[in-house]
Amino acid sequence: MSGNRILSIDNLRVETRTGVLLDDVSIHVDRGEVLGIIGESGAGKSTLALSSIMLFKAGCRPTAGSITLGGQSLMGLGTAELETIRRTKASYVAQSAAASFNPFYRLEDQVTEIPAMAQKLTATQRRRMAIELFEELQLPDPENFGRRYPHQVSGGQLQRAMIAMALINQPDLIIFDEPTTALDVTTQIEVLRLIKKVASTHNCGALYISHDLAVVSQMADRIVVMRNGKMVEQGPTRQLVDNPQTDYARRLVAHQGDGSYATANGSDKTLLDVRNVDVGYGGVAAVKDASIKLGSGSVLALVGESGSGKTTLARSIAGLQPARQGEIRMRDNLLTPLVERRSFDQRRLVQYIHQLPDLALNPRQTIRDVIGRPLSYFHRLRGASAEQRLRELMEAIELPAAYLDRYPASLSGGQKQRVCIARSLAAKPDILICDEITSALDPLVEESIIKLLTRLIKDEGLSILFITHNLGLALRFSHTTAVMQAGRIVEHGDTRAVFEQPQSDYTRSLIQAVPQLREGWLDGFSANAA
Amino acid sequence: MVLFANSPVKSFVVARVASGLVSIFFISFLVFVGTSMLPGDAANALLGQNATPETVLALRTELGLDQPLPVRYFHWLGNALHGDFGTSLSNSQPVINLLVPRLINSLILAFSAAAIVLPLAVGIGLLAAINRGKAIDTVTGSISAIFLSMPSFLIGYLLVFIFAVKLGLFPPLSMVRSSASLPTWISALTLPVLTLVLVAQAHVMKLTRAAVLGVMSSDYILMAETKGIPRNRIILKHALPNALSPIVSICMITMAYLIVDVVVIEAVFNYPGMGKLMVDAVAYRDIPMVLACGVLFSTIFISLNLAADLLAMLVNPRQRLPRKGN
Amino acid sequence: MSNKVTLGVSVAVLATMAAAAIFAPVLAPFPPNEMVHTPFDAPGVGGVLGADGLGRDMLSRILYATRYTFVATLIATTLACMLGVSLAIIAGLSKGWIDIVIGRAVDILMSIPQIILALIILAIAGVSLTTLILTMAVLQSSTYYRVTRPIAGDLAAMEYVEVGRLRGERLHWYLFKEILPNMVPSLLAQFGLGLSSAALFISSLSFLGIGIQPPAADLGGLVRENALALSTGRLTPLIPAFCIALFCLSVNGIVDWLVGRFSDKPDVK
Repeated sequence: MSGNRILSIDNLRVETRTGVLLDDVSIHVDRGEVLGIIGESGAGKSTLALSSIMLFKAGCRPTAGSITLGGQSLMGLGTAELETIRRTKASYVAQSAAASFNPFYRLEDQVTEIPAMAQKLTATQRRRMAIELFEELQLPDPENFGRRYPHQVSGGQLQRAMIAMALINQPDLIIFDEPTTALDVTTQIEVLRLIKKVASTHNCGALYISHDLAVVSQMADRIVVMRNGKMVEQGPTRQLVDNPQTDYARRLVAHQGDGSYATANGSDKTLLDVRNVDVGYGGVAAVKDASIKLGSGSVLALVGESGSGKTTLARSIAGLQPARQGEIRMRDNLLTPLVERRSFDQRRLVQYIHQLPDLALNPRQTIRDVIGRPLSYFHRLRGASAEQRLRELMEAIELPAAYLDRYPASLSGGQKQRVCIARSLAAKPDILICDEITSALDPLVEESIIKLLTRLIKDEGLSILFITHNLGLALRFSHTTAVMQAGRIVEHGDTRAVFEQPQSDYTRSLIQAVPQLREGWLDGFSANAA
Repeated sequence: MVLFANSPVKSFVVARVASGLVSIFFISFLVFVGTSMLPGDAANALLGQNATPETVLALRTELGLDQPLPVRYFHWLGNALHGDFGTSLSNSQPVINLLVPRLINSLILAFSAAAIVLPLAVGIGLLAAINRGKAIDTVTGSISAIFLSMPSFLIGYLLVFIFAVKLGLFPPLSMVRSSASLPTWISALTLPVLTLVLVAQAHVMKLTRAAVLGVMSSDYILMAETKGIPRNRIILKHALPNALSPIVSICMITMAYLIVDVVVIEAVFNYPGMGKLMVDAVAYRDIPMVLACGVLFSTIFISLNLAADLLAMLVNPRQRLPRKGN
Repeated sequence: MSNKVTLGVSVAVLATMAAAAIFAPVLAPFPPNEMVHTPFDAPGVGGVLGADGLGRDMLSRILYATRYTFVATLIATTLACMLGVSLAIIAGLSKGWIDIVIGRAVDILMSIPQIILALIILAIAGVSLTTLILTMAVLQSSTYYRVTRPIAGDLAAMEYVEVGRLRGERLHWYLFKEILPNMVPSLLAQFGLGLSSAALFISSLSFLGIGIQPPAADLGGLVRENALALSTGRLTPLIPAFCIALFCLSVNGIVDWLVGRFSDKPDVK
């Protein structure tokens, strides 16, 4: 092998007592190269990443294959030797910076812990090392940044501090394990640019793990696609994106969309009219003067970053969080702010679907109980007619009728979300409010849920208020789009118009920040932004 | 102090001290109201069965028993704050004179036990957590499960049976006078202290183990492992400081319980402490004495719990420092 | 596997003790309060377990004492559980000032050491089986409240409860369909722990002489009566105390099994 090879893992197999986590996996990383690893949850991405420094979760062990880091085989090495290798040759950047920093110590002490262990350093020397890195990672006030404790800085800054910590021992290999997943899109862009810069200037190799193909395509030179602990496909980034060989990879690429918009099939008639609504907790206003319109038979996407107030607005429409001012009309009927004061029919016609189906389904009720309750409550259906309707609903959400007698725990995430959709459909609503209902799901599962909703709009004549932080999804699925920032609606119109001629700077920056598969997107972004 | 300036500690301290005071105030009032609803009052009790109605009435006036309840309560509270808890009904001496020497004896017992059990049990709990699932963890876990199921008097009597009756090493009862010599004291204290140690160690060990395990499963411990930090250093430098806050809290709360546990242990060994005093007072319905003991026990208990919260907060930078840096 | 063994032994021990308590009048060879032997008779000489200081039959007294301990423990724990859980559900569902008042009251109750409060209450109200049980129930209810209140709060904030709210469901629906079924596992575990702590607590009070009054005696009371006989070098005076320990160990064994079983997801049909 060439002297530039930093990591090579060959035919690795990792097992637990009950199953196989990784099966016959072979990857390699050369100096100056970024290898992207993509896959859905449970694909074995993180297990693979940590195995490159011979770290395995309790109960897991490698049973076949070899791992070579910096020319040294790691299999069979003792604990002390492995620790030395981890200190000197590799670094790890985790997903949640907030949880990965020790709350007890100042940032500079954690960042410089490894060099301070290796040689005696004075406090001033340690601080100088840290400040240098903080400057490189463009952290604010680098002189004093390290004096802070982890809980005193923001998530984006912590993530950059963790990258600084990863660079301190000048490693040959840096492992980035979903480093931007917990961040908002605009923050994500900054961190991605820094990672890219750091990876090239420090001349090391890197593993970049993500579930987001667009992000990986911007960061990596080559990509490995993982599924259920196996490698599905690997190849140079452009080749994999432009010409995927396997069905699974093709679907992953297709999931990114081709930039085409959903065709409007609704009428122009306004079904839901929200005017000048204010919502707040105590003295704080979470939503200010918000007005949106949902057309009959159409999808309105409500987009924005975390904390922008989109969920609060949706909850006030549902009547869960009463609006303090403004009015909410459904077909010219005024809806009272609080759901408890709304009429039987008003409660039936607006249905709300939560983000996490795990919390929205009672673990001690069967699917029959879950879907059956709105049938008996709203439509007084009992016995055979109820059973008939239950089967129709299961068919509508594409689940076998036999699942009616199961408990939620035995269903997958996507199936649970389908059950929640069926529960809403059982009421025969006009409006579905979907609060980030796909954000906890894997990309392909998300795709199937969107397909289901698209069909239901036609079959059941539904209108959907679709809350999401994912602009790409809004583009593909919605007919109209509203953008929220700091509690206000900053943009509202036809989806095509919003995406192609955004009126506000904020919308423009949001749209630009959505990762794309296009070659050079991130680099182009850097030039534009600078 | 600079440390406290502009920090959440101050408001926390104020709130906790206030709620502790409310609790003490509440229990004293409750007891006071309760005692005043008793059929006979102090006047009857003092004068006994042969009293004429006139003498009872005269004594009632003298004792202030004809005043309305809130007035009497605040009168009692005012006196109590000056150390005057009234006169014992069974002994006719001021309550405070009987109480103080007994309180000192109880504190000696409880603190000796704490001095032994806290380092010992915290150490065992640490060892069990670090060696999770190994023999030492299983053995210490099973032993503590057995001790947790035993009434404390059983532990006490078993020690008496082994060390006093069978081996004759220590006296079976610990009726010491304060004038006794130091060796007498030590030999009298050994068995009661040992009993308290055995009673408390299971709790402390179990809680310490859980606290350390909770910390060891944190993401920052995984991070330290990826950095290649040796295991001993991870435990000492990364896990322990974070477990310190719960452990300090466990220790203080254990002290609080030890001071209350003496009630039973003193009865086993006939040890002249405040617990024995209170139990005897309950048996004789010596209400001023019961009231004084109850309020004093509660005050110590509440104060130690308060100290637990404060210390736990001080050793945790996340609570000590404000979110935004200066 | 070893968990199953513990469970089997625990159930067997508890069943034996329950049978002894229920059938005490049939099983006891002598009336418990009559002097049928010579005082301090050795085991085997006067009765199977010997005689106490007044010549009463130890075995008979232990059988009856088990009965007192069982009854007092069961009733006190059941009352405490009902009281604590009701308060917690009321507080969790009503929120607002009711929640605050109940919460503060329980805080105060819990900030005072239980045995001290029990001593004070019994001093005021006088010692009898009824006051003992009621005192125990009130004191221990705070534990059930503390365990249940956050669960009730979490459950009330659960999104599936919110779905019910959006539909317009009434209180009894939340309670019986959504909240209580999800509380059962943790409540059962807490009830078990409550049983053993109540048994220890009642025994301690009786041991101090302010529980069940002579000539009747529960297991703690028997230890008090016979402790002096330890000096004769026999362990028989401690048999009642061992019974309490055995009871608590067995209950805890069952609780451990319960916790292990319910910490997994609910059964898949």
